[in-house]
Amino acid sequence: MTKKPEQRKSNQPYEYTSLTKAYFMINRRNFILKSAGTLAGLSLWQKPSLATTNAIEEALILEPLKSKDGLIKKTYRPPNFETPISYFNTTFTPNKHFFVRYHHAIIPEINSDNWQLSIGGDAINKPLSLTLKQLQTDFKSVEIAALCLCSGNRRSLFNPPVSGVQWGSGAMGNALWRGVRLKDVLAATGIKQSALEVSFNGADSGMLRTTPDFMKSLPLEKVLDENTLIAFEMNGEPLPHWNGFPARLIVPGWTATYWIKHLTEINIQSRPVDNFWMKTAYRIPKEGFKSGQFISQETQLNMPITELVVNSLITNLMDGQSFSSNKAIEINGVAWDKGDGIQRVEISIDGGKTWELTTLQKNYGRFSWRQWRYNLKPTHTGEYRIMARATSISGITQPLEPVANPSGYHHNALQTISIQLI
Amino acid sequence: MPIFFLLITLFTNAALSEESQIHLKEDLGKENIISQCSICHSADYITMHAKILDRSGWEKTVGKMINVMGAPINDCDKKIIIDYLVKNYGK
Repeated sequence: MTKKPEQRKSNQPYEYTSLTKAYFMINRRNFILKSAGTLAGLSLWQKPSLATTNAIEEALILEPLKSKDGLIKKTYRPPNFETPISYFNTTFTPNKHFFVRYHHAIIPEINSDNWQLSIGGDAINKPLSLTLKQLQTDFKSVEIAALCLCSGNRRSLFNPPVSGVQWGSGAMGNALWRGVRLKDVLAATGIKQSALEVSFNGADSGMLRTTPDFMKSLPLEKVLDENTLIAFEMNGEPLPHWNGFPARLIVPGWTATYWIKHLTEINIQSRPVDNFWMKTAYRIPKEGFKSGQFISQETQLNMPITELVVNSLITNLMDGQSFSSNKAIEINGVAWDKGDGIQRVEISIDGGKTWELTTLQKNYGRFSWRQWRYNLKPTHTGEYRIMARATSISGITQPLEPVANPSGYHHNALQTISIQLI
Repeated sequence: MPIFFLLITLFTNAALSEESQIHLKEDLGKENIISQCSICHSADYITMHAKILDRSGWEKTVGKMINVMGAPINDCDKKIIIDYLVKNYGK
């Protein structure tokens, strides 16, 4: 915070100075001489005009995620930070402990007075541009409890390992989201008969112009679902910068890849979106997973990841922990699915031989995770192998093994935690 | 995104000072990583994949960075980068 930006080198084109300065601290002169030279020649920088404001220079030396606390760093830039499991013992994950996930390193800090949401596309009747105030006052405001869960959560648990951010179990968080229904906003623009998908773009972008912008689409059916929101509040506060200020998409029951942050652009389209983020990334094989949620993006072999799979997590025990066998041990956890709701969570204390029901806690709605509790009364000393197993209201139970898939998504295998009673 | 929007917004990034504490192994090719890969992402994307990717995995990853993400890396540098990654962070 206290460091002053480096002085501009007179032999460098001004447009590149701020950006290269950012790397000066990391990479010293080699980076500047080589990359600035290369990139200046190729004009590959994403947005040279960005670099012309002093504000940018100041922002470059901001502390990382300064509004966040206690997160586990996976990568600095783009920032990917997960929540330690110990913060999952409350119904709603506090904003300052809520995980952070980005694909791009340019993440503008948005001034809400100037923010605008543009709605267009070839299948719209009347294009519209909304300010934050218009969005908040022109439409009915609603609130929903929903779990935001990264597609790759628990990727690091796959064996053999899979390439990608090596998430543990903390790329998720449960929150109360306040916003307006996407369908209400689109009712104001009108949707043509030809509409097939709606695409969403946020203000973040890659460092290079050649990097495909992170843009996602949803099928019309999900867009018109009353639970799909454009949210501007999270747990009663404006969205934190790192979770999408001033407005983001909330797609309850679907993985967070669709929950576009810093939303700036919506397009109603009569054709499937054809970009890397839809056609190549975030896809799962049809074999092993349920299809049919996003037909316009399906191929014969694979399809976009969409709905969450039934899953659970023990939140207050750590593998290898020791307890006294003299008193009962309360085991806490959470369980969730795609929005059918949780029917039951069972627990085994003998490595899966026998199972008992846990007590489900208050229901905050079918898209929220459900907390559960179990009171373990020790009968012997030694090792207890604790497992939790969730079943959804539709009768789907967590599997013993995850379904292998190339990108390491949907890890929902039963977890086993060993504790010692002494 | 409209240009005025860009001008009034700040450009933020993860902590560059903390990022600078990621140390890649000293070897031929490290300079290429720093000057080329680090344009878009911090070096922990590399260390995070240590022992996960074999030669074919690193080739695929570097290929994706060039062909999909648009990294301006020529064939000569590509080979140097892949050799460095396989030798120092390969499975």
